[in-house]
Amino acid sequence: MIILDAIIQGILMGLLFALVALGLTIIFGVMDIVNFAHGEFLMIGMFTAYWTSLLLHVDPLIALPTSAIVGTLLGVASYYWLVKYLLRGPMIAQLFGTFGLMLFLRYLAQFLFGTDYRIVQKGLLVGKSLSLGPFILDWTKLSAAILSLFAFTLVYYLLHRTKLGRALRATALNKEAASYMGIKTDRMNALAWAIGGGTVGIAGGLLVNFWYVYPTVGLLFVMIAFASVALGGFGSIKGAFFAGVIIGMIEMLFPVLGHLIGSDFLGPHFKFTLVYFAYFIIVVLRPQGLFGWKH
Amino acid sequence: MLRVSGIEVRYSGVPVIHDVSLEVNKGELVSVVGSNGSGKSTLLKTIAGALRPTKGSIVFEDQEISHLSTADIVRMGITYVPEARLIFGPLTVEENLELGAYILNDAEEMRKNLENVYHLFPRLAERRLQQGGTLSGGEQQMLAIGRGLMSNPKLLMLDEPSLGLMPKLVDEMLEAVARLKEAGKTILLVEQKVRESLELSDRGYVLQTGRTIHHGTGRELLNTEAIKKAFLGL
Ligand SMILES: Nc1ncnc2c1ncn2[C@@H]1O[C@H](COP(=O)(O)OP(=O)(O)OP(=O)(O)O)[C@@H](O)[C@H]1O
Ligand SMILES: [Mg+2]
Repeated sequence: MIILDAIIQGILMGLLFALVALGLTIIFGVMDIVNFAHGEFLMIGMFTAYWTSLLLHVDPLIALPTSAIVGTLLGVASYYWLVKYLLRGPMIAQLFGTFGLMLFLRYLAQFLFGTDYRIVQKGLLVGKSLSLGPFILDWTKLSAAILSLFAFTLVYYLLHRTKLGRALRATALNKEAASYMGIKTDRMNALAWAIGGGTVGIAGGLLVNFWYVYPTVGLLFVMIAFASVALGGFGSIKGAFFAGVIIGMIEMLFPVLGHLIGSDFLGPHFKFTLVYFAYFIIVVLRPQGLFGWKH
Repeated sequence: MLRVSGIEVRYSGVPVIHDVSLEVNKGELVSVVGSNGSGKSTLLKTIAGALRPTKGSIVFEDQEISHLSTADIVRMGITYVPEARLIFGPLTVEENLELGAYILNDAEEMRKNLENVYHLFPRLAERRLQQGGTLSGGEQQMLAIGRGLMSNPKLLMLDEPSLGLMPKLVDEMLEAVARLKEAGKTILLVEQKVRESLELSDRGYVLQTGRTIHHGTGRELLNTEAIKKAFLGL
């Protein structure tokens, strides 16, 4: 029972991980660029929801659209004001470019908000839980999971069922060929950053309901997102989804197993070590990730 | 329809095309022939807007296009079928073709063009739902050409459609090109199969190290001594 509970909690958390990983994998898929500032986008999404709900006295869930909008704008601005110029430089410039963006946003947040840990104190769902037989689910986590799944599905639909989405995928597969089709690849790049920023902004808005927000909060989550993207296959949307959920489950399951067999080795403080361990094993066995690249 | 005048094109500062001029009139099939590295692909890519000329001009339907982006040039009615084919491997044949019609907003028109492509290359119709990347070389070439036709361009530029194909398929491919011409398409064809393509063509240009050294009707060129010697092994 305790295992089943851990699995359920893991899936809930994993759906949010998947949404965080989604933007990273799309940006990589379309541009072959790793957005090191992705965790900071998440942090900004969290702060946006936090301040909106605090200052406007609305529920953090109602503040969610502002997180989405701020995330989208942040993505687009990053593309047009920074990444676009980096593309002309060598690979290494692209690497350090988004790394620089990460530092900039992180310390900007520190400058503006200080290093305090803040948490949403009150909200419709905060502190409430749902009992389903023997399982007790926090409403905040449950709604975050459901809305993550919804956002993920929406983006999946956009990419696979619309003309715009197909153009984006074509750009990811082969930029040159896409341009010969009349696709404006520069706009597709911007679109990838818009989706990337928007989805991770939403993830931040959901996360802030049950997680402390502080300027370096993105680090933990972006590490998980990197693992998800590598595990699922760079640029793979399905891969990000399943890898996110798998990592969520590993993260919840291992401490429980450790507890059951009475071993400290599998204790909570090691849970992410195990995530990376699982990741290493899979990367050795299947370097292209679960779903292969760019699917 | 298309007039290229005295263009120079460089790769990282080094000129590869020194001085090329050519003209394509409506309804014509014009070939550009030349040996490896003479700059044929570079020429087509420049017309397609993927490269910028450092000198000269490219005028299409009375409009200078040498500064336009590839995407805008496609919208003007010029498509380029690249030498490397550049099929979207994981996408199906039909998805590849639909991407070729990306600039069209009319679903009806797209369906009509799709039918025409399937009519020209029935083998693509049989493999509609197969992944583009799993097609044979010849089929991929058909797909690349079909994709280039999907927007119903005014000018179709083909870069070595016979490359890497077995002799029987080469004939089939050139026949398809001839049929397109008969159907009224304007085509700029780059080929290494000098005799075959000049026989098909209304006019031709011979490129050597980035310069047009001969031009004339297909017949004239085939009877030029220098060309016989250099390309036809006579
Ligand atoms: N991206 C590039 N960077 C630098 N040089 C290039 C590049 N592409 C082509 N070249 C050079 O430009 C010259 C012309 O190349 P191009 O591809 O236009 O020749 P081609 O006539 O199409 O040859 P082929 O018959 O082999 O296709 C060659 O010397 C080639 O090495
Ligand atoms: Mg070539």
